Amino acid sequence: MNGFAARIAPPVATFVVATLLAEIAIRALAVSPLLLPPPSAVGRAAWIYSGTLWPALASTAGAVVAGLAASTVVGILAAIALASSRWVERAFYPYAIFFQIVPIVAIAPLLVIWFGYGWRAVVAAAFIVSVFPVIANTLAGLRAVDPALLDLFRLYGAGRVARLVKLELPWALPNLFTGLRIAAGLAVIGAIVGEFVGGGGIGVVVLEAMRQQRTDLVFAAILHASLLGLVLFGTVDGISRVALRRW
Amino acid sequence: MRTDDAARARGISVSLRDVRRSFRSPAEGTVEAVAGVDLVVAPGEFVALLGPSGCGKSTLLRILAGLDRQDAGAVLLDGQPPDLRPGSPTRTPIAYVFQDAHLLPWRDVLGNVALPLELLGHAADRCRAAARLAVEQVGLADAVRRTPAQLSGGMRMRVSLARALVTRPRLLLLDEPFAALDEISRQALDDQLRALWVATGMTVLFVTHSIAEAAFLAERAVVLSRRPARVVLEHRLDLPARRDAELRADAGFARETGVLQDALRRGAEASASATFR
Repeated sequence: MNGFAARIAPPVATFVVATLLAEIAIRALAVSPLLLPPPSAVGRAAWIYSGTLWPALASTAGAVVAGLAASTVVGILAAIALASSRWVERAFYPYAIFFQIVPIVAIAPLLVIWFGYGWRAVVAAAFIVSVFPVIANTLAGLRAVDPALLDLFRLYGAGRVARLVKLELPWALPNLFTGLRIAAGLAVIGAIVGEFVGGGGIGVVVLEAMRQQRTDLVFAAILHASLLGLVLFGTVDGISRVALRRW
Repeated sequence: MRTDDAARARGISVSLRDVRRSFRSPAEGTVEAVAGVDLVVAPGEFVALLGPSGCGKSTLLRILAGLDRQDAGAVLLDGQPPDLRPGSPTRTPIAYVFQDAHLLPWRDVLGNVALPLELLGHAADRCRAAARLAVEQVGLADAVRRTPAQLSGGMRMRVSLARALVTRPRLLLLDEPFAALDEISRQALDDQLRALWVATGMTVLFVTHSIAEAAFLAERAVVLSRRPARVVLEHRLDLPARRDAELRADAGFARETGVLQDALRRGAEASASATFR
């Protein structure tokens, strides 16, 4: 618990000090609240609109978790397929990179055409931006298996399934978690962009607040989205710490 | 250390006839690693293969284990070509110990040692029981639940040795297994390996570049030349069967290491002159 407090205290202190400084500076310089509302105004908006913000956050969170789950499953399976032979990797890996370079803002309208307005398009957007880091990192792990251990498995006549389950996947587990940590942050971005076009969640709150020139509410929504990203990252990190105790 | 006769696995004979192997390397073109090696090892014999680093000793071991194939020549184990088909009932019981321990970090000692039996398809409880026995054989009974990260280098190597012994191999191949250890751990493991050999009667082929280690462990030393590997000398070590720490300070031991040293030097020179021919 002491270690946990020691890890949490410094960033919290930074946040408190930065917020206070921002409050003082914005008031002193008399910045227009339309451009940059002081933290106290953002806090007030978050409080007043909590009835809107929290359900929106829950909706976004649901889409992010669903998208991330899909990325995990599809990413692992794709990495296993790509690792199965050099030829498969050469033939398909360039197309996996598509997921990395595709501008999600451009593709989001297409997702609405395919999946309709609402949750499914948002999940798809979260999935598309988060799947590549899972594929790339898991593949790197599967490719990096100790050759001597592959020899050992061959020596005792292990089949492909035994090799995969008892050697390659556990070996790639740390890499998978590295990919998931990156994917967690990206999935939040993907979901909110998806919501800009497909509707729902924090994305729509941001758009609506912008139209009404409620910059304080825009900031409050952004804060909630950041909180989601942070919690997600922390969860993935916590799971990986437990799962990788022995590595 | 004594095991009952029923458990005693008698070693198998090994015969290599004019074995050759070359590799294609992008930098050097075709590289001959093994150039016509003949070698006969009697059942239950302990033979040290001694040669400079990178001379093709490991390639020979890999060919014997079925991890690599010779380009030419014959490999016979107990007079038969090795049967390494997965699941074959007549599969040749070979075990291999690598240069480093190469353990699975997510498994504890017992899990690592049980692995070969699992892969061979034995029932889980049998794997565990046999693994426990093998762990006891290498003196790590107190550490069964520890993970590799919680072990010293010497202990990890013992686990690796137990993992090789768990299948009761009739041929044990070791590829410079203790080279990365400090001198004290290394001598302790040498002692242990020698005792295990005496207890089990398996055939052991031990690759090393250490003259003292070869002389201390083996009944016979085979000195190989620099790459491509050829046999320079086959030498039966004239040392007592009982080997202990005192032997290392013995005059006879010094004489034997001198013979090997000399052959090793000749091997390096012979090969060098062949290269510049």
